[in-house]
Amino acid sequence: MQRNVYLYILGMWLVSYLIRVLPLTLIRREITNVTVRSFLYYVPYVTLAVMTFPAILSATQSTVSAALALAAGLVAAWFGGSLFQVSVLCCAVVFVAEFFV
Amino acid sequence: MEGRRHWFLKGLKDGVPIMLGYFAVSIALGISARNAGMTATQATLASALIMASAGQYIGFTLIAAGAGYLEVMLMEAIANARYLLMSASLSQKLDSKTPFIHRLLVGLWITDEIFGVSVSVQGKLNPFYNYGMAAVATPGWALGTLTGVVLGNVLPVRVVSALSVGLYGMFISLFVPPARRNRIIAALVLLSFALSYAFNTLPWFDGISSGVKIIILTVAISLGAAVLFPVRKEGGHAA
Repeated sequence: MQRNVYLYILGMWLVSYLIRVLPLTLIRREITNVTVRSFLYYVPYVTLAVMTFPAILSATQSTVSAALALAAGLVAAWFGGSLFQVSVLCCAVVFVAEFFV
Repeated sequence: MEGRRHWFLKGLKDGVPIMLGYFAVSIALGISARNAGMTATQATLASALIMASAGQYIGFTLIAAGAGYLEVMLMEAIANARYLLMSASLSQKLDSKTPFIHRLLVGLWITDEIFGVSVSVQGKLNPFYNYGMAAVATPGWALGTLTGVVLGNVLPVRVVSALSVGLYGMFISLFVPPARRNRIIAALVLLSFALSYAFNTLPWFDGISSGVKIIILTVAISLGAAVLFPVRKEGGHAA
């Protein structure tokens, strides 16, 4: 069956918007359940970490360049690099490293 | 709702660094959209509407794999689950007298960065601040995606390879600063790396798609952490 890309986009938008707008419109009081709050608190960090590794290692032409970018990104972010700086640094590391590997 | 003009202009100004970052990062997203077989129009529209790096990336990957509509929507919900918390947090930040329409509009543009900046203002949040940031950040995200789709076709392989890692650089910049401030988050990041590596290399899990692996690991690790290390104080969260 041929699927329609615009329907995919519509579905993705609908789900994203509901997630973003439902708490804003439904929750007027603070969430009190500690487990629920803690779960939601940890989700972003865990999901970002899970998505980054080991997927980053196969994102480029060579595992070595990607590993170097990962290391550089971790160090730069640790020392306060912004989203923009860390992202560009990772790209630059891969670009330079792939001249040598 | 006084000071609309002031807050909108301030939003425009504070949105510029977000726009620049989005432009560079979403080039990689455009490349992934192109790899998924999407046209420039489709990818740009998706970015203008959805404004979610990880969510779109997973969506494009699943579209490329020929996944069903419901599977894509489920993964979109999982990948964007963090917006639930941000939205809940912003619901406390808006004045209770704020007209309902503004709650609907603020929800349109909850991203990691717009959330992080808007939740940090002193006192109550004026929604026009968010609109100002969105007015510059959204074009940055959409045009970067467009650039990635269009130039992805003519860029040398080496350049594409370098840009493809940009999205992961963004993820890294989002989870490392909280990990530096909080040892539990640091331990969770390391645990996530280890379990994710195991899930992706051990042959026992070969039959599970990468999207489902992300769901399982995220729910299991976050739930375990919530039970073992409940967070009692407000304000520990950063975008």
